[in-house]
Amino acid sequence: MPQTSGQLRMEGIGKVFGPVVALQDVTFCARPGTVHALCGENGAGKSTLMKILAGVHPPDSGRVLLDGTEITFEHPGAALDAGVSMLYQELDLAEDLTVYENIFLGSEITSSIPFVIDRSAMIQRTREICQQYGFEVDPTSLIKTLTTGQCQIVELLKALQRQAKIIVMDEPTSSLSEAEANRLFEVIGTLKKRGLTIIYISHRMDEVKLLADEISVLRDGRLVGTDSADRMDIPALVKMMVGRDLVDFYPTRDVKLGTVYFQAYSLASDEGIRDISFDVHEGEIVGMAGLVGAGRSELARAIAGVQPLMRGSVLVKGKTVKIKTPSDAIKQGIAFLTEDRKRTGLCVNLPCSWNMTLPNYERIGMKKFLKLRKEQQLCERFGEKVSVKWSGASAPANSLSGGNQQKVLISKWLMADSEFMIFDEPTRGIDVGAKQEVYLLLNELASQGKAIMMISSELPELFGVCDRILVMRRGRLVGDFNTPETSPEEIMHLAAVED
Amino acid sequence: MNRFTKQLLPFCSLIFIISLWTFLEPDTFLSVQNFKNVLSRSSINGIMAAGMTYIIITAGIDLSVGSMLAMCGMIGSVAMLGFSGASLAEITGGSYVEMTSGTMIMGSLVGIAVGGLCGFANGMLITRLKLAPFIVTLGMMSIFRGAAYLMNDGKPFAVSDYAWLDIGTVAGIPSAVLLFFAVLGAAGFVLKYTPFGRYTYAIGSNVETAFHAGIDVNKVLVTIYTVAGICVGLAAMITTSRASTSQPTAGLALELDIIAAVIIGGCSPSGGKGTMTGTVIGTLLISFLRNGLTLLDVSTNIQLVVIGGIILLAVTTDQIATKREK
Repeated sequence: MPQTSGQLRMEGIGKVFGPVVALQDVTFCARPGTVHALCGENGAGKSTLMKILAGVHPPDSGRVLLDGTEITFEHPGAALDAGVSMLYQELDLAEDLTVYENIFLGSEITSSIPFVIDRSAMIQRTREICQQYGFEVDPTSLIKTLTTGQCQIVELLKALQRQAKIIVMDEPTSSLSEAEANRLFEVIGTLKKRGLTIIYISHRMDEVKLLADEISVLRDGRLVGTDSADRMDIPALVKMMVGRDLVDFYPTRDVKLGTVYFQAYSLASDEGIRDISFDVHEGEIVGMAGLVGAGRSELARAIAGVQPLMRGSVLVKGKTVKIKTPSDAIKQGIAFLTEDRKRTGLCVNLPCSWNMTLPNYERIGMKKFLKLRKEQQLCERFGEKVSVKWSGASAPANSLSGGNQQKVLISKWLMADSEFMIFDEPTRGIDVGAKQEVYLLLNELASQGKAIMMISSELPELFGVCDRILVMRRGRLVGDFNTPETSPEEIMHLAAVED
Repeated sequence: MNRFTKQLLPFCSLIFIISLWTFLEPDTFLSVQNFKNVLSRSSINGIMAAGMTYIIITAGIDLSVGSMLAMCGMIGSVAMLGFSGASLAEITGGSYVEMTSGTMIMGSLVGIAVGGLCGFANGMLITRLKLAPFIVTLGMMSIFRGAAYLMNDGKPFAVSDYAWLDIGTVAGIPSAVLLFFAVLGAAGFVLKYTPFGRYTYAIGSNVETAFHAGIDVNKVLVTIYTVAGICVGLAAMITTSRASTSQPTAGLALELDIIAAVIIGGCSPSGGKGTMTGTVIGTLLISFLRNGLTLLDVSTNIQLVVIGGIILLAVTTDQIATKREK
């Protein structure tokens, strides 16, 4: 058994939400100066456990000990005061405020005059923390001018300013590029050396392996095991998480390339993409690698008519087509599944069926009038095809889990008879099991003869799924490889290093 | 509270109000004539609320409808008088001008068309200049009201012969009530059974997603504001017909009643939610409320307070119910 004394000890934690047992007799310990990874599929209870720690939910049973004393956090503020800071997956910073204003939000330093804040003291204090931990952030820049990676540093600064002893990070790299993620890992190393307790939640096994000193795995609300990281390898870890072997994590590709479906010639747009030419065959999965900001999503936006093209031409089945609006692209059988499901993919408070038929009324014979029962049946059928788990097609999209929302989104474009589908980070923020289902689905679509382009920041995923990998850097295409003929190192080098 | 009971709540409140007035004022309240009155009064608000429902579902708002009503009525009346060959002095002086049904129909159409133009202007400003609907229609509210006052130096236009749009009957039912049912029925049908209705919800729920799905968001919005303006134009002509004059002060603060009816009916100001049935119930609820309070000799000042309270109550219960769902 690993060591059970330490700074944080959660003992026999149980939590029930209505009929759902979220946590059952979970004991979890974390020691200062270490990184403790918490793994498990979505719904395994990781977030619930951490929310109990952060005072968001009270536990139904069990107790939490901090430095040996039992504590009960009545509300999140109490947890913060006790030195427990959470960095959530979705950062919550005030966009229009500066770095230092965010860091001191709610705990502003006042000057000798009551109610008047002392700007220079706060800026000075921010600089000090930055220096102490080796961060390079200008305290006076506005949050909206920062990259996601920098925003994460600001979140960390916020925690450090509050004298955090325990920092919980929930999927911190899910929206970071590889380079930014590496920078974050260095920072985590520094924090560890300074004696902080880091609890790290991630779906990315390689990260967990790289960072963690100890790993705990949750499944269905129970603790499956805790062990030191060097005694666990990735396959064993994945097996603990899903309770079954994932031998073939990536599906075997049986490629039958058809004719060229989509061709692009020297595309350029206002959003910084320059002179991009490539083609995609029927039945082919083309991966798009590159750092965040390399212009991959921007290229997809241009192809899908979201951002008009400045120059260049697009050919579908050998014929030049004009795409000026998303509606033009949809008519050409081009579907764009954006990386941000909530913001650009779904109308989350509307029923799944409404979401699925939204671009498709003409195609399903309801151009003038809707036939509600027929619509319902059609959506149920398409939902079955991608085995979405829902209470029915009329359930609002936000009642579904992330992976299932993704499936609703996919079926929306399947219904549109899309022949060229662009997936932008299709597995972001969904768990291992759901990821595999997405891969299988992509494979299935390709074998039906659809042309597919997948933008991803996870190299293993690109190598596991794609037939060909394109690389972008600073708005230009800098590489085009058949997957077997390249290596992750080569792709990374092209994506990250200037010539 | 599940979705079903949530939608049922406004309906239950309506039944409750009717029962309450029946109990308190059985003689005056529970008569065919009184119900006809309430329905006929509801018609103006209901027709305007139909357009407002669409606007609020797209997460917009139209504060200009009350002033628009006054201006459309004034312009419609002038057109009517002009078509009937009245001289400028007769028009501005308010003397009796004989009118034929032909000129009255033409004048009504002008009034309705002006409403459409006003709505179109709102829609264009909102979509082309990317201005917030609240600001655009706040400005327009002032412009329309000012224009209505300017037309006859603050005085009304008299259209004594123009009464049929309000009191004329078809098969014993007042034409205003018929128009109310027709407009609300058509609006409800389009909202529920056509792609256009779905586009309305999608824009209110998530305009980015709607755009990515190939919807011409600007076109849909301009259409909605224009049609809402046409509804106001129609309501303006009924109002004019009811009073046989068009007052520049018509529809003062009316936008509040219209928005209230729509919100009480279950639309959410943040968009993507609501039904036409809800709006009908919301409109009737406010009308019956006012009717009963008037019969009970409660002053209009107190009525304002009561209606304000009901709006807050409706929004609060909706919010609580939404939270429980999560």
